[in-house]
Amino acid sequence: MKETHILVALVEDKPGVMQRVSGLFRKRNFNIDSITVGHSEKPGVSRMTLTVTGDHAVLEQVMKQLNKVIEVLKVIELDKKSSVQRELALVKIRTKNETARSEVVSYVNIFRGRIVDVSKESLVVEITGDSSKIEAFVNLVTTFGVIELARTGVTAMSRGTGK
Amino acid sequence: MLMKGANAIVEALRREGVEVIFGIPGGASIPFYDVLYDADIRHILTRHEQVAAHAADGYARASGKVGVCSATSGPGATNLTTGILNAFMDSSPMVALTGQVPTPLIGKDAFQEADTIGITMPITKHNFQLRRVEEIPVVFKKAFKIARTGRPGPVLVDMPKDVQEKEADVEFPKDVAIQGYKPTLKGNLKQVKKAADMLVAAERPIIFAGGGVIIANASQELARLAETLGAPVVTSLMGKGAFPEDHPLALGVIGMHGRKAANYAINDADVILAIGVRFSDRSTGNVECFAPEAKIIHVDIDPAEIGKNVRVDLPIVGDAKYVLKDLLRMLKIKARQENEWTRKISEYRREFQPKMDYDDFPLKPQRVVKEIMEVLGENDIVTTEVGQCQMWAEHFLSRTKARTFITSGGLGTMGFGFPAALGAKVARPESNVVDIAGDGSFLMVCQDLATSVKEDIPVVVAIFDNHYLGMVRQWQELFFDKRYSAVKLGRVDFVALAEAFRARGVKVKRPGEVAPAVKEAFEAGVTTVIDIVVNPVENIFPMVPPGKCLKDMVEGV
Repeated sequence: MKETHILVALVEDKPGVMQRVSGLFRKRNFNIDSITVGHSEKPGVSRMTLTVTGDHAVLEQVMKQLNKVIEVLKVIELDKKSSVQRELALVKIRTKNETARSEVVSYVNIFRGRIVDVSKESLVVEITGDSSKIEAFVNLVTTFGVIELARTGVTAMSRGTGK
Repeated sequence: MLMKGANAIVEALRREGVEVIFGIPGGASIPFYDVLYDADIRHILTRHEQVAAHAADGYARASGKVGVCSATSGPGATNLTTGILNAFMDSSPMVALTGQVPTPLIGKDAFQEADTIGITMPITKHNFQLRRVEEIPVVFKKAFKIARTGRPGPVLVDMPKDVQEKEADVEFPKDVAIQGYKPTLKGNLKQVKKAADMLVAAERPIIFAGGGVIIANASQELARLAETLGAPVVTSLMGKGAFPEDHPLALGVIGMHGRKAANYAINDADVILAIGVRFSDRSTGNVECFAPEAKIIHVDIDPAEIGKNVRVDLPIVGDAKYVLKDLLRMLKIKARQENEWTRKISEYRREFQPKMDYDDFPLKPQRVVKEIMEVLGENDIVTTEVGQCQMWAEHFLSRTKARTFITSGGLGTMGFGFPAALGAKVARPESNVVDIAGDGSFLMVCQDLATSVKEDIPVVVAIFDNHYLGMVRQWQELFFDKRYSAVKLGRVDFVALAEAFRARGVKVKRPGEVAPAVKEAFEAGVTTVIDIVVNPVENIFPMVPPGKCLKDMVEGV
C-alpha cells in the first residue's frame, strides 16, 4: 500500500552529502516528496528529514540504501502519530482592496499565522503547521491570488524524552 | 613527517601494500607520477584509461587484493568511468586515482577539468577529493578500507594538482575509524539456527552460490555444507568457480543461458540457500515464477540486497564465510545418504549434459570451448568479453576453482575480458590466462596489445570470430523478424593486427586445431591472438526468453 513515510537521517556535515542522498533517490527511482536539512544538536552532524511515498518494500529499500551511504550515520522512520511534523510556508497574497485585506487577515488569525510584510496591494504571510494545514490555508487564499509561495518542506521529531 | 602531497600519496599506497598501478599520466597528475618514478611500485602504462580500470579490476578478482588504477583529470577520469562502474556492479575492490585541476581553478571550467566527484558519485562505493596535504594519510586509509571490506567496491580519490605539490607535516595512522561504516560480518545466530533447521527439514534443498562466496574465500565451507546436506549447488554467473563444477553435486550456472539441470533443479527446490547473490534479472528470469515452491534463505553482507529483487523468507546479513562456518557448526547431522532428490539431481546431470563434441566446419563455438578446456589447468584463468562468447563460456566451460573465471557480470561490458586478462596475469604470472573473446568486444580494446607486449604480460586472446555483434544478431533473429540492424562487423585480419603490435597472431578454422593453438600460445611467452573462425549464425541455446520462467528454456524459437 502506498503511503507517505517520514524518515530522519543523521548525516556528516560535509560537502556533497546532500547530492549523495538526492542522487540516490533519483538513481533508484524512489519518490521523494520533500527533503529538508539543517544542523542537529551535535556539532558536525546534520539532520535531514525526508518524506517518501511508497509501499513497505520501497520504504525498506530506501532506508537500506540510505544506510549504505558512508556519510549517513543513522536512519530512522518516524511514526506519524507519535511525532510532531512541521512545515513553514511564506505566502505572498494579492490584496487589491480593503475588503480583501481584512478577509485575509482574519484567515491568518484563524490559522495562527503571522503577517511579515505589507505593501499596498499584497501581504506576505508566514504560516507553520503540518502539511495539511498549510495546504488548507493556501487553498483558502487562492481566490485572492497567490503571487508567490515558498514552502520549506517537512521537518519532524519524535514526541517524548527519547531520541 | 614533512613531505609533499605526492610523496604522501605514494607513501600511503606503499603502506597499503600496493604493488602495481595501471594507468596513464597527464597534466594534472604529473607531480604524482614524478614521485612514482622512484617508487618501488610497478606502473603499467595502458593505452586507454578504460583498460587501466578493467585491468585493475581483473587484478583484484584474480588476487583478492585491491586493484589500483590512475588517470589524469577530465578525459582521463571520464575514460575510467566504465571500468569503475563495472567494478561497482561486480563488487570488485578498487581504488581509482584521478588528477584534478589545482584547487583555485576548480569550478572555473579549467583546461581538462571535469566534476569527477559528481560524475562518479553514483558509480563508486565512496569517493574523496583531497583538500589538504595533512588529510592524505587518513583519506587513503579510509579509501582502501572501504574498497576491500564489507561488500567490496571501487573508491575514487580525486587529487587536485596543488595538493600533490604542497608540502606539509603528515602522520600515517595504523587504522582509522569510519563513523558511518560498520559492515556486519557475523550473521545473527538465531537466524542461522533457523536456517540450519530449515535446511535439515527440507526435502529438496539447493544452494545458490554467487560472487560473494568467492570474495569471502568461502569455497571450502560451501563444499562441506553441500556435501553434508547432500544439496546440489547452482551458481550465478559471478559465482562460477565458487564450487567445483565437476563435483557430483554441481549443476552449473542458472539463468537466461544457464544449464538446464541448474534451472530445472532450482525450479523444483523446496528450500534455497542463496549465499552471496543478488538475484539479478539474468539469473532469476521472471521473478513471479522463480522457484515457485521454495522458501528462500538469503545470506548477504549487504542488507540492501536482501528483499530487493525477490521475496525472502529468512534474511541473514553477514559475510559468506562467517555464516557458512556457523551454519556448519549448527547443522549437527551426518552427511545425508542418497535419496529421491539426490537421485533426481544425478538424473538431471546425466540427461542434460551440454553437447560439445561437434565436428562441424565451420567450427561450432561449443566445440571451441571444449578444446580450450582440454588444455586449461585448474589454476589457469579464463576471462571473457561480453555477448555470445561470454554465454558460451558460462554454459559450456567448466571451472573448478574460485578466481579462475573472471567476467563482467553486472554491467556486461564489452572490452572487459582482454584488460582483465592483463590484470589477472600480473596478479598471477604463474597461471596461463585466456580471454574468451568475440571480435566485436576485442576491437573495443585491441590497442592495448601494445601494453601487453611492451610490459611483457603474455596472455591469450581466443576470438570467437563470427563477424557479427552476435548476441544482438541472435535477438534480432529470434525476436525482431530477422531484421539485422547494425550488427555486421565484416572481416578483420586479426593475425596482421596482432603482428602490427609485435604480438603473435594465429588463425584457426578446423575442429582439432584450437587446442594445439591455445597450448602453443600458452608456451609462446608473448601475447597471442587466436582468430578462431566460427559459424557466424550459431546461436547460444538453451535460452530463457525475456520475461519467461527459468523452467521455460527453449532450444530454439
